[in-house]
Amino acid sequence: MLNSKVPQGPLAEKWTNHKNSIRLVNPANKRSIDVIVVGTGLAGSSAAASLAEMGYNVKAFCFQDSPRRAHSIAAQGGINAAKNYQNDGDSTYRLFYDTVKGGDYRSREANVYRLAEVSANIIDQCVAQGVPFARDYGGLLDNRSFGGVQVSRTFYAKGQTGQQLLLGAYSALSRQISKGKVKLYNRHEMMDVVVVDGKCRGIIARNLVTGEVERHGAHAVILASGGYGNVFFLSTNAMGSNVSAAWKAHKKGAHFANPSFTQIHPTCIPVSGSHQSKLTLMSESLRNDGRIWVPKKKEDAQAVREGKLRPVDIREEDRDYYLERRYPAFGNLVPRDVASRAAKERCDAGFGVNETGEAVFLDYASAIERYGKTEANIRGLENPSASEIKALGTEVVKAKYGNLFDMYKQIAADNPYETPMKIYPAVHYTMGGLWVDYNLMTAVPGLYAAGEANFSDHGANRLGASALMQGLADGYFVLPYTVGDYLADDIRTGPISTDHPAFEAAEKEVTERIQHFLNNPGDTPVDDFHRKLGRIMWNNCGMARNADGLKQAIADIRALREEFWKKVRVPGTATQYNPELDKAGRVADFLELGELMCVDALAREESCGGHFREEHQTTEGEALRNDVDFTFVSAWEYTGDPSEAKLEKEELVYENIELKQRSYK
Amino acid sequence: MNLTLKVWRQNGPEDKGRMETYPVSDISEHMSFLEMMDVLNDQLVRDGKDPIAFDHDCREGICGMCSMFINGEAHGPGRGVTTCQLHMRSFKDGDTIYIEPWRAQAFPVIKDLVVDRSAFDRVIQAGGYVSVNTSGNTIDANTIPIPKADADEAFNAATCIGCGACVATCKNASAMLFVSAKVSQLALLPQGQPERELRVKRMVEQMDKEGFGNCTNTGACEVECPKGISLTNIARMNRDYLTASLKGE
Repeated sequence: MLNSKVPQGPLAEKWTNHKNSIRLVNPANKRSIDVIVVGTGLAGSSAAASLAEMGYNVKAFCFQDSPRRAHSIAAQGGINAAKNYQNDGDSTYRLFYDTVKGGDYRSREANVYRLAEVSANIIDQCVAQGVPFARDYGGLLDNRSFGGVQVSRTFYAKGQTGQQLLLGAYSALSRQISKGKVKLYNRHEMMDVVVVDGKCRGIIARNLVTGEVERHGAHAVILASGGYGNVFFLSTNAMGSNVSAAWKAHKKGAHFANPSFTQIHPTCIPVSGSHQSKLTLMSESLRNDGRIWVPKKKEDAQAVREGKLRPVDIREEDRDYYLERRYPAFGNLVPRDVASRAAKERCDAGFGVNETGEAVFLDYASAIERYGKTEANIRGLENPSASEIKALGTEVVKAKYGNLFDMYKQIAADNPYETPMKIYPAVHYTMGGLWVDYNLMTAVPGLYAAGEANFSDHGANRLGASALMQGLADGYFVLPYTVGDYLADDIRTGPISTDHPAFEAAEKEVTERIQHFLNNPGDTPVDDFHRKLGRIMWNNCGMARNADGLKQAIADIRALREEFWKKVRVPGTATQYNPELDKAGRVADFLELGELMCVDALAREESCGGHFREEHQTTEGEALRNDVDFTFVSAWEYTGDPSEAKLEKEELVYENIELKQRSYK
Repeated sequence: MNLTLKVWRQNGPEDKGRMETYPVSDISEHMSFLEMMDVLNDQLVRDGKDPIAFDHDCREGICGMCSMFINGEAHGPGRGVTTCQLHMRSFKDGDTIYIEPWRAQAFPVIKDLVVDRSAFDRVIQAGGYVSVNTSGNTIDANTIPIPKADADEAFNAATCIGCGACVATCKNASAMLFVSAKVSQLALLPQGQPERELRVKRMVEQMDKEGFGNCTNTGACEVECPKGISLTNIARMNRDYLTASLKGE
């Protein structure tokens, strides 16, 4: 039975009480304890740096050539924190409430409250590190607004907030590397976790340059290996982002929680052709000022698709600002799952605006005009002309979103200052992940999961600018306390020997799999299978799901997996730099995960957040939750076959929030 | 479109390396440069040949992993873009395209177009940080107001993605633009002041130790930098380095 280990007591005091009662490890003993951190994104870098500062010996692993390149670097819009600098009524409680509601009441109250509680510290810490957040003319920090909330609590650094926060954590990590407290293993991939006598005691890693398979022992292992959106092949994730570390942990006893909870982000650049290797996100911050619409008349949409009508020539009364129409209270700033489904609904109904019919407009014309007028007032211009206003407004928009507009221009070969951008939803983030308790420990003692790799804080839908908050909260302010509590038992253990049969067995399995790939008499490249898997997932386990589709997908994935093992061709050798071999291992794991995602989606007979079952919707097409039967976390235990995974339920208890039909109307 | 690619192939750091020729056909102008490379590699794997190794990850111009020297230019013909943001519409049917790795003594080739840039990490480790431990007791983030102009300039310096285009472009393989970007970011902020002089000395020493060349103010790095990091940063670093040296820190 899973025990979430949520501390007793009132919500607002749980974390403080817990910190006061957990055990500590004294400085001398910390020096004889080793911790492995897999992944160097926000959660991994911040955890590795903080644990090293405390005195533990840390080994940090990343598959990239440098820890600074982990995919947190690509997060654009911002990071939430309940600072209430804008005096707009924000508070720890309100951030907690927004996050639970945004997650459609499928997250754990105590974890989310703690997240909100430490959020303000994160901003203080980052500023102290020299993270250059955006500031106003008075020299104080600026904020913007994000989806699903009615306050401005998002701190940002242009459209590169993830980059600046990651470089901050990377610099803290670098400082510890220079002191010898962290040993860095770059271009290394974790191949398996090693469990000795019921405790996680290390990992098997592969040096991607030399091909060498290595054993690394430790008293505790933290997986901060990111999300698994790449199971869809096309996503906003980096090409190398993968599920393998988490999946290997799952196969060694860690439960995989809510695997089907996937975030489809509403504002991405649409797919342009079959050659496409990845999709590019346009930050949610653009919904602060941009207005989303499609033509009201089908014939106009048709004409736009055929290039016969320019969007700027469609009259105001012939435009359907469908988010403002359907959700007047939140308008263009509804949560991501709601915005994505609304775009799909319009496109499915025939109002899409690009060649494929799968795109809607994101329009900045009215923002440019609004900012232009304000700017004209500031400069005291009397009766400014329309073109003067436009020029002034364009400058303001450029300052706020310039890099995003440039990126759009580069990819779409279109000028978003002159004509509306075309956007469409794409896979972006995975709320599901390894099941963890309040201490962020998985079901395997000594094995922790942090950041996107765990499931804990976002329920069935993550709000914008909350991923950065969670990654840094886990790494800076949660794990350094909770890991110590566990390690207090290990002060007499001494170094973990890697001669144990468990290490030998794990290494042997890894080596055999590598040899299988290289010796397989197949003829089909790895990417071929990955693309096929992606199509199955997108069509059946994407923005809308139904029982028939999911059942079909499970059968299709099983067939594809069988074909993969028979027909995949991996060139080269195991003793040289061989990216095709690395990919093969990752896709093999995606082929198992995909099946479990469909199994999970099929079992959850309700709609909630990003999980939309067509069978369960209101008459207005909104997600229809079933709180009586499904107010639980689905934690799946591996039994040898994804379809046979055993479901354990962690009941979600709401003591501080009343469960309601989520409304943004 | 149909193209001829001349690609640098090298089996490892000890291998001499050579250019090899590959024809590619039916390339769409909407493809990114790396997607064009994917098409070529797909074909090579199907033909039982060794695919071309190249670094890439985010494919949206921010991770700094991709690193190709295309037709004699770091990240190819575009300005302000990384290789992954370069689209095939920048080329025309029948073109011959030369693709090489970053070439610098401090960036040894791992395989084909993949080089080892860990020298950059070691330069940052030498001092590219503010010595502040994680703590829930740091001062409130708004305690020290920072003039917007300083914050903006620090941000501009901090947008460096550490790709190494500056080194690859420089005739001296100098890393001054990269190093000065981090030195500047922290020199412009109040949080960076206590270690300002020690930082610049240590980072410059490490830079020299890694085998990067000297700066002769040609400015090619600024032109090829995908993030438009300004040469002004180098001037600021030189001034700080001089100050630190004179003070004998």
